[in-house]
Amino acid sequence: MGAAAERDPSTSSYYVGDAFYRELVEAFTDWDRDELAVADPARRDAARAFLEREARLLDRKRYEDWLALFAPECAYWVPGTPERGDPRREITVAFHDRRQLEDRVYRLRTGYAWSQSPESRTVRSVSNVELFATDDAGIVMARSNFHIAELLDGDLRHWAGWAGHRLQTAADGYSILAKQINLIDCDRNVRNPSLTL
Amino acid sequence: MTTQQKPILPERVFDFDALVHEDRVHRSLYTDPAIFDLEMTRIFGAVWVYLAHESQVPQPNDFVRARLGRRPLIVVRDSNGVLRALYNRCTHRGATVCRQDRGSAKAFQCPYHGWTYLNTGKLSGVPWPEGYSCDFSRPEFNLMQVPRVESYRGLIFATLNADAPGLIDYLGPVRRPLDEWLDRHPGGALEVREANRLKFNGNWKLLYDNSADGYHVVFSHRSLLMMENRFQEGDGKGMSYYKDSPDTGPVKLYSFPNAHHFKDKRDAIPKRPGALWAIEGLHPGMEHYEAALRRDFPDRADAFLDLASSEPVNINVFPNLHILGNHIQVSEPLSVTETATTWYGTAVVDPDGELGDALGPVNALRMRTQEQFPTFGEVDDLANFEQIQAGLAAEEDAWIYMHRGLGLPERYSAAGDGTTIGPATDEVFMRDYMRVYRRLMQTEPNIAPTRDVS
Repeated sequence: MGAAAERDPSTSSYYVGDAFYRELVEAFTDWDRDELAVADPARRDAARAFLEREARLLDRKRYEDWLALFAPECAYWVPGTPERGDPRREITVAFHDRRQLEDRVYRLRTGYAWSQSPESRTVRSVSNVELFATDDAGIVMARSNFHIAELLDGDLRHWAGWAGHRLQTAADGYSILAKQINLIDCDRNVRNPSLTL
Repeated sequence: MTTQQKPILPERVFDFDALVHEDRVHRSLYTDPAIFDLEMTRIFGAVWVYLAHESQVPQPNDFVRARLGRRPLIVVRDSNGVLRALYNRCTHRGATVCRQDRGSAKAFQCPYHGWTYLNTGKLSGVPWPEGYSCDFSRPEFNLMQVPRVESYRGLIFATLNADAPGLIDYLGPVRRPLDEWLDRHPGGALEVREANRLKFNGNWKLLYDNSADGYHVVFSHRSLLMMENRFQEGDGKGMSYYKDSPDTGPVKLYSFPNAHHFKDKRDAIPKRPGALWAIEGLHPGMEHYEAALRRDFPDRADAFLDLASSEPVNINVFPNLHILGNHIQVSEPLSVTETATTWYGTAVVDPDGELGDALGPVNALRMRTQEQFPTFGEVDDLANFEQIQAGLAAEEDAWIYMHRGLGLPERYSAAGDGTTIGPATDEVFMRDYMRVYRRLMQTEPNIAPTRDVS
């Protein structure tokens, strides 16, 4: 097995270290500044279409297609406080790397994840999409608000918040380097948070 | 001042001898709002209840909100450094005086009419006092507070009951696993670092029933066990040691006096450095930090990695504290059918610098190892608790069994201190705690909140 295969992020986690965390925290600090906003309607529309498709894939539970939206070395981060903090120092609602995102999907597919058995139904809305430039011409940040209506065990309930997507631009669209999901109730006790956000 | 509070309205009378049997309990313990109300007095008002960890209030004037049963409290380290549990309830009209979850304050001013209290609970001023004929220097206008607040090695407990035994006596032999859990950390020290915060639509006792239950693990957590072992040849990660024949295995259940219990899984792990790390599930950054620690600390890396790993214990202190892995899990009854359960993450703080530069990597790993179970395991338990609550709507099918092991004395051994030791999947701890519960529910505690600031 070659070095590249040994470091397959689906089976190992060599890329999540101090440098990765530090850059991640920095990338998600003070990034949605007016002077960085991307005004080009075509680019904003492309970002909006990407986020809407992501929402649809999750609503349709096309998890493998959803995973394909992420870069091989990626992060899915649901902070546990509105201040977000440093995941090295504190507990988050969820912090997944590539392997753990695949774990999440694997668990849902076992048929024995009782918190999602029967699976909840969701309808997601994405709105207020804004795009922000970064120091790296190949990377943009998207900010969007989300609302998820979820039918769980016969009860209709709601999740709300905003997401930050760190997106690598490519000829054929985007791949997600990191997705930060900021729930408005991130520091409150919530019932059955087994939904994929 | 310790005056017993008498209920003003008559209470319904329950026959707990008829509701709690040796082998089973009646569904109304989980469904009847009147029993729940009585529990807030006779359980949560009678025993030592866990409130917070000292690292949440490290400095004088620091506070964090908590609940004792449903009573809203401010746990504060007052300006003199004394730990107090103040009622978050203005003496005047009843409004909460503190609405921040945590912070630092020398005084609390009620936002409604401006009555102001020092963080000792003493009333320091009311607006336009000339409109009153009373003497506000009398203690009757101070904030009410819990009369007995004590820390056991950083774990802050309080009781309203003037007749409760001392905290050390109340804990009794559960102190041994608590001490061992604390002592595994350098300097015996740790800090709370945020939490996974959950709740479920079910009675609080469903969680306590489950807390040392080794019977549910391979069923309720089947998806987690499959996930943790998806790259393994055979099982080996996580709680796989429950599979096959757990009752003849090394996992032991300890049922202690005063309704505490302990499931000890440590003997399922080989006694060598790195053995705990070897059964950890797969978490972000594992390979990175393990390689770095092995490079930088070749002789100590295994011990450091074990410190980042989940300690295989469930230590349960009645009625609301659960030490699981590296978590301080606290349950809070919200109503007869709603319970909050907060999994506080803990970090190694290393007061004497024993870890050196390994401290950051150890905690970076430890945060991730702690998130996994609440995210991929506890959610399935809570779904099952909710479905118990749903099933209990069947009024005629009135009994809940907890008789696994009953009538099979060969399954148990006894320690001299009132401890019963049994096999991994046994329900003896449920029967023991329900016996304590029955006694408590038949006894009016000497609830004696105070307004004296001494």
